[in-house]
Amino acid sequence: MTATSVRPVRDDGDVVVPRRRPWRWVGSVAAALVVGSVAVSFLTNPNYRWDVVAGYLFDPRILDGLFTTLRLTVVSMLIAAALGLLLAVMRLSDSRLIRGAAGVYVWLFRGTPVLVQLILWYNLAILVPTVGFGIPFGGPTLWSADTNALITPWTAAILGLALNEAAYLGEIIRSGIISVDRGQSEAANALGLGRVDTFRRIVLPQALRVIVPPASNEAIGLLKYSSVVSVIALPDLLYSGQLIYARTYETIPVLIVVCIWYLVIVSLLTALESRLERRLGAGFRSTVGDEGPRNGRWARWLRPNR
Amino acid sequence: MAATQPLVQLRGIRKRFGSHEVLHGVDLDVHAGEVLCLIGASGSGKSTLLRCINHLERPNAGRVLVGGELIGYAERDGRLHELPERRIRAQRAGIGMVFQHFNLFPHMTVLENVIEAPMRVRGYSRSTAVATALDLLGRVGMAAKVDAYPRHLSGGQQQRAAIARGLAMRPQLMLFDEPTSALDPELVGEVLDVMRDLAAQGMTMIVVTHEMGFAREVASQVAFMTDGRIVEQGTPGAVLGNPTHERTRSFLSKVL
Repeated sequence: MTATSVRPVRDDGDVVVPRRRPWRWVGSVAAALVVGSVAVSFLTNPNYRWDVVAGYLFDPRILDGLFTTLRLTVVSMLIAAALGLLLAVMRLSDSRLIRGAAGVYVWLFRGTPVLVQLILWYNLAILVPTVGFGIPFGGPTLWSADTNALITPWTAAILGLALNEAAYLGEIIRSGIISVDRGQSEAANALGLGRVDTFRRIVLPQALRVIVPPASNEAIGLLKYSSVVSVIALPDLLYSGQLIYARTYETIPVLIVVCIWYLVIVSLLTALESRLERRLGAGFRSTVGDEGPRNGRWARWLRPNR
Repeated sequence: MAATQPLVQLRGIRKRFGSHEVLHGVDLDVHAGEVLCLIGASGSGKSTLLRCINHLERPNAGRVLVGGELIGYAERDGRLHELPERRIRAQRAGIGMVFQHFNLFPHMTVLENVIEAPMRVRGYSRSTAVATALDLLGRVGMAAKVDAYPRHLSGGQQQRAAIARGLAMRPQLMLFDEPTSALDPELVGEVLDVMRDLAAQGMTMIVVTHEMGFAREVASQVAFMTDGRIVEQGTPGAVLGNPTHERTRSFLSKVL
């Protein structure tokens, strides 16, 4: 073994002595100490009760709660996406009234806590005892129902989460739409494409590249903050766990089970997002070194092999 | 020739942005098969005039007629009724446009860029649209790049693909808005070659350009614009070789 086989050698045969990096060593040792002590605590502290965790991981009540959380997230997100798109288009309208209406919506739903909105929706019957539709301002009613019968914990939860989320998604979608160069819709118009085709085929696919990363963030956020529905007694993942430990006092192990499931779902969503971003990135990658879409630092950090 | 009606007739076109009027009543005739080069300094209104022809800009006064048809409006009982979007789209579909910055759709391949409008607007089947597109892309020298995304092409290749995209609609008129101004100098020639071929095949073209060599060689007419007016118009030899207007002379002395 000669010295040159150990040290980096450049193509011209010159030996390169690396710079010393003492702080990197200090940092590595500190990180190892922290990770190690947490791992030791996980493995040796009997209060984690890993046997109890294993016992509850696939408990039917927990799994029911998990599916409620998933349904709640998916349904709220779909409604919020449709409503958010409408809000975004309204905010880009030429009519001051339409712009204003969307602005007031965003102001109202983004400006009040979602917890308060949930409780308000759940108690809607106090404000309006019956709901229905018909000809407004004294015309005949075509359909009506008792509010109390309509507002279950489930509908109140969907209303609260979806209407709140729509305000955030609306702003995200709007920023995506205005990020697309004006020349794109001009070129489409010059070719004779109509407004709908121009939006659907030309503007939206490009806007989605900008929309998907923050919208995925919102989906992950929604998944977790949907746990506030426990205040209106809807048995989602967290509330199902709370119901169990309220009787058995196995608080920590049950909460660990709940966290494990949240982590599993968030990991799946993150993987899904990476795939989606990769597909939308077609045409935006450089030929050399496929780095994927270049839309923001955090999107790159999420990517599997950097 | 003189008896036939011009393909493009502009009458008293005025356009203002806010209180600033950029076109002060422009008249222009272009006959079928002619190539008109619009020259003039930046801000003289050339691009705005071009964009009025396919109604990307609405004139504040005047009439645009292409093939005898009033663009953007229907005139009835002494009033101009705005046409429904569908009719304006049909009018635009017959007028190709090429932009300074190409404006290819970056999320589509070259082929997808070219077949998009023929399929959606003309209702051609995919196979018909693809056959036409491949033929046109071959004619502009892009046969090898049909599956490439615009980002991976040079500026000259992108502009040639954009020309093929415009031609795919079988337009009766092509508008070029400074098609070589965003190109590296060594790529200008390949785009001008494609435009020269197009002119030789009899396409009616209106070209906003700073390429005096191209204008001299290819144009049937050259119009010089300054401050929102056409002040001098005629054959390339007359306008470029022997300008009568003082503004034309001073402009040409700077660019030639």
